[in-house]
Amino acid sequence: MTPGSTLPADVEALLGVVQYEEVGEFPVEQGYVWTTCSSVENGNPLYWDDAVADELTHGHIAPPTMLSVWFRRHRWAPGRTGETLALQAHFDLKARFDLPEAVITDNTMVFYEPVRIGDRLRTHQILRSVSEEKRTRLGLGRFWVIDVEAFNQHDERVGTDSYTGFGYRRDEVQA
Amino acid sequence: MTDTRAAYHRLLHGEVREGDALPTLTYDVTATTVVLGALASRDWRPMHHDYDFAVHRNGLQDIFLNTPNQAAWFERYVTDWTGPTGRLGRMQFRMRSSVFPGDEMHFDGTIEQVQVDDAGCGWARVLVQLTVGGETRSDCTVRVALPVSPDDNPWDRTGDQWQP
Repeated sequence: MTPGSTLPADVEALLGVVQYEEVGEFPVEQGYVWTTCSSVENGNPLYWDDAVADELTHGHIAPPTMLSVWFRRHRWAPGRTGETLALQAHFDLKARFDLPEAVITDNTMVFYEPVRIGDRLRTHQILRSVSEEKRTRLGLGRFWVIDVEAFNQHDERVGTDSYTGFGYRRDEVQA
Repeated sequence: MTDTRAAYHRLLHGEVREGDALPTLTYDVTATTVVLGALASRDWRPMHHDYDFAVHRNGLQDIFLNTPNQAAWFERYVTDWTGPTGRLGRMQFRMRSSVFPGDEMHFDGTIEQVQVDDAGCGWARVLVQLTVGGETRSDCTVRVALPVSPDDNPWDRTGDQWQP
């Protein structure tokens, strides 16, 4: 344990370590791009007009903020047992600290090479920090920061998605 | 010479000033908005589609917009303003409280900073606030690249020429 730190040694040992390396279950696809644009009524011609996509990005790309979409697993797949969760490091911390609830409070995304239709992306997760116990209006818990780094099939970095999570236990209601 | 480029709105870096405001976007959120946004972002967690889970398990008033879909709303808001040559470099946001069905979302943006970096790329930093009934639900800061001339295309930048 680092002097002055009250983090459990097994949690501290995870700081800065690459975890959960994986390749997306499916190639980046046009249908999800249109569904996402439709969900927020995004009429950007870059995603709808072949001529604009050819002129500006030499073919269709995905909206940058869709980065996390390409790593979210199917809800069910043949032969799979048990539940699989996006941002697994977040759920690991919930379980490690026995915190039943959790929310994402901050999200920072940095975008590099554009994500193209047909790309097969890979990712990994890195735990950057875990706070001491803190009380908020939600309850007593801990904040943590997890980076999700993403690369394309050419090993070019396409983006980093950094999440601040707060895992907590709801305060008991006083009678 | 004939301009063969596709016709679309193209905001240039020289057209923006610090302190300028973006046009307001308003949108009435329904349960469909929340569920469509969650499924479009492949987020199967029940608090984004299951009222009973959101209320009785999470202690909230209803299902609520998920994180990736809020990001998609912020992106749409900023690129409505820039046109397709606006290229997002960085987005940071903090959700102060949730957005629920029945809420009328207001997106308002202000340009905090305008700069050209060492590689000659033009940038605007925009503060976007998502409010409901005057209450801030999320703050978002977006760093977006804009063309510095009619022939400039931020999407062509790669390697050292792209510093998001």
